[in-house]
Amino acid sequence: MGERTVIPFGPHHPVLPEPLHFDLVLEDEVVVEAIPQLGFVHRGLEKLVAKKDYMQFVLVCERICGICAFGHSLGYSETIEALMKIEVPIRAQYLRVIWHELSRVHSHLLWLGLLADAFGFENLFMQCWRLREEVLDIFEETTGGRVILTACNVGGVEQDIEDSELKAIVQRLEKMAVEYKGLLKVFLKDRSVKNRLVGVGYLSKEDAAKFSTVGPFARASGLQEDLRMLGFGGYGELKDFQPVTSDGGDGYARSEVRALEVFQSIDIIRELVAKIPEGPYTQKVKGSPEAGSYAVGHLEQPRGECFYLAKGNGTKFLERFRIRTPTSQNVAGMAHIMQGCDLADVPINILTIDPCISCTER
Amino acid sequence: MSSTIKSPWLIHYDASSCNGCDIEVLACLTPMYDLERFGIINTGNPKHADVFLVTGSVNERNIKVVQQIYNQMLEPKVVIACGICACTGGIFKECYNTLGGADVAIPVDVYAPGCAIRPEGIIDAVVMGLGVLEEKRKALAAGELVSDPLPDDLSAAKKSVGGKTVRESSFFETLQKEDSDAA
Ligand code: SF4
Repeated sequence: MGERTVIPFGPHHPVLPEPLHFDLVLEDEVVVEAIPQLGFVHRGLEKLVAKKDYMQFVLVCERICGICAFGHSLGYSETIEALMKIEVPIRAQYLRVIWHELSRVHSHLLWLGLLADAFGFENLFMQCWRLREEVLDIFEETTGGRVILTACNVGGVEQDIEDSELKAIVQRLEKMAVEYKGLLKVFLKDRSVKNRLVGVGYLSKEDAAKFSTVGPFARASGLQEDLRMLGFGGYGELKDFQPVTSDGGDGYARSEVRALEVFQSIDIIRELVAKIPEGPYTQKVKGSPEAGSYAVGHLEQPRGECFYLAKGNGTKFLERFRIRTPTSQNVAGMAHIMQGCDLADVPINILTIDPCISCTER
Repeated sequence: MSSTIKSPWLIHYDASSCNGCDIEVLACLTPMYDLERFGIINTGNPKHADVFLVTGSVNERNIKVVQQIYNQMLEPKVVIACGICACTGGIFKECYNTLGGADVAIPVDVYAPGCAIRPEGIIDAVVMGLGVLEEKRKALAAGELVSDPLPDDLSAAKKSVGGKTVRESSFFETLQKEDSDAA
């Protein structure tokens, strides 16, 4: 047994786009324990509900995280709609799902790029981000924003997408998918990539359930967990939805699940675009949440399930708003898979769970 | 022109941004916007860096990290605040854990507002920063460069608002002044 050393990792570290700190307890080169420390990005925005009214707060909520920005505004809007019993027009529900799935494509491509960067495959990183620009262009054309979209609000969506434009989006995505298949060959078949991923950061199905992991992290360990199966909002209109899972439980399985989910999202968009109904895309919201009213919303974000809770108090300001984000669920699992890994694999292990610190700390 | 201006290296730190500005900073380095054509390389080592890009507002916990990175960088150096959060605190200004923009921790040379700031905006800001860098380099060569002091002793600028100590970003004051001048 070697001597124990404690190495601080982060908050500023080249592989991490976000500040996250770990105290790594090492025995020679092997990590015995990883103790996460958070708080570098904490802003305290849940408390802002006292200062911004429920219509304005959707803008704050969107800025919880710039990667799943649309998802957060969607989750918030659905929660407030449940709180105030607002019926959302069907067309708006379809459009919301389309934007949300586009966000998922953008988020997964971004993640695949960062992963490639973490194992030193610079070229692959650039290629993933080049493809991702295609999705950002679609965002820009439909909403005007690249990362912060401000497309969703309580009662519907900010603007419509014309049917012809929707069809063009599907065509663009299909074209992108062809190029993306080429990249996937490298991610899933290349020997040097496999060397870095296969068997790294193994999490068994039991442990995945025990640590209540969510999202692709859980699905890669064989758990059938995907809130989209519940069919909330526009997801109820899908013919058949089956989550992408894998039994591998390692870094390779996690990249596989995310990589294939991109195709799944494109399929969902194609299906919804084919049958999107005509009609209004937003509806006027009046009044304020009743005193003592209480609602819960849930959503499958690119990183996993996300819960929202809102409490009204009869005024325009909410009494309380609370979010439980996917990464806060996954931190325990992340600390677990780091036990026993090599120091050199720490960045890969952190990345394969796709942490979003800014969501977690809010 | 020296090599510093021809090939400035940059370091990026996410203070408490929402990731929106971070991913735009990263997007600048990828083929679509390609900051590398200006000779700019992203580095993780403060000692190698000439340009410091800060995104997000500063809070109690990361103010030290921001200052440490700044202190480790060698002169001449330029600090660019990317996004309205880094300029003034932005939408999170009123949050209990937000102290304000990046300039409550370190001296900022270029302010680049926007939420999220667009890659074009970042490129503009960096190119503008290079001008500042060149001036600083000349001053350094002439022995005239006085490093700005770290504003950690900001007691004068501290205000107490509803029991919370607020440090106002100077950029915010400029904006307010412009507003009142316009009115
Ligand atoms: S300026 Fe906007 S996009 Fe940038 S970090 Fe702040 S909230 Fe996020």
